[in-house]
Amino acid sequence: MKIIFTAKGENWNSPMDARFGRMEMLVIYDEENDTLEMVSNEGIEEMEHGAGLQTAKKVMELKPDVIITGNGAGQKALDLLKRTTVKMYIGAGDMTLEEAYSAYKNSQLKTQF
Amino acid sequence: MKITIASGKGGTGKTTISTNLVSYLSTLKQSVVLADLDVEEPNSALFLRGDLEKEQVSYKMIPKWEEADCTFCGECADVCNFNAIVALSDEIIVYPELCHSCYACSELCPTDSLPMTSERIGEIKAFTSDGFSFIEGRLDLGQEMAVPLIAQTIDYVDENFKNHIKIFDAPPGTSCPVIEASRGSDYVILVTESTPFGLNDLKLAVETMRVLNQKFGVIINRYGIGDNGVETYCADENIEIITKVKNDREVAKLYSKGELIYPKIGHFRDSLDEIVTFIGGLKCEK
Repeated sequence: MKIIFTAKGENWNSPMDARFGRMEMLVIYDEENDTLEMVSNEGIEEMEHGAGLQTAKKVMELKPDVIITGNGAGQKALDLLKRTTVKMYIGAGDMTLEEAYSAYKNSQLKTQF
Repeated sequence: MKITIASGKGGTGKTTISTNLVSYLSTLKQSVVLADLDVEEPNSALFLRGDLEKEQVSYKMIPKWEEADCTFCGECADVCNFNAIVALSDEIIVYPELCHSCYACSELCPTDSLPMTSERIGEIKAFTSDGFSFIEGRLDLGQEMAVPLIAQTIDYVDENFKNHIKIFDAPPGTSCPVIEASRGSDYVILVTESTPFGLNDLKLAVETMRVLNQKFGVIINRYGIGDNGVETYCADENIEIITKVKNDREVAKLYSKGELIYPKIGHFRDSLDEIVTFIGGLKCEK
């Protein structure tokens, strides 16, 4: 499974970013190879409109199986993501990546879709 | 003569001043027209009785994707400054609500797969009332961009009322819609109230007007509440206070019934007189 976290730092102890569209960075965890990789979302803060769409597109190109985030995505980003088979889990905005992953594994996170 | 009634803070009395001013000017035998440019939630009509004279639909131009020749090169999404296009590997998605009608995608598409088409965004209505005209722009539900309709409403007023005093009731805030409603005017009147909130948002509005190089003055509404922060600020910044409208429960009562204020409240009419005199001075300057 390929899992994307919306994050504010690039390791397991880093805090999650509760926002989807304007997340600071994406952290990708490849469960099979046990690797953690960071993709920057730089420039998104300056974007006045359509941030959610651009982030959603970036996420889609990475072809994850699962997204773990905090507040969830806005309507436009959601409609775009729903074209794929990705599953989105929300409510991990106040956790670290490690806590978020374990909450996901223990089925403690809600799905947005 | 074009005068925009604006404010940083919402609910300070733009519409109350605008509607009463236009009606009062008409009783003074002035040719006057009011345009409600708060197209996201126009409300001047609540206070003015008029007969619908004319209505027209407003459109903006947006690109419409045609699949046939598209090579999915993604140029359209790359050149869009407003993120209104998402280019996927098998589909180009246009988000009309984000589109600023700049034509870049359409013009630069190598296969002409994004021709521009018109999309309805709202309507402009013209009313005649007792001695004055009243124009309202109203954005359709779900439309996110007010600026194109504000621009079209101003154009309508410019074309149809060449020699009138034009009063523009602007939206609140300091973002693009306010700038569109202010930048072509001869003068902007910023309506505020003497509270810390009023002062905070007045400062933002003043900064905006200064960036626009726009002449402006201030009306303090509900004068007597809050503190003297607004007056001190205006004195320090050399900003003219056109009038101070007294805080009065009777004004609020009339407002809540959708009635005009000046026919019944003397001190409110006195304030309007100060505004009228001020506008007269502006006309002489011109």
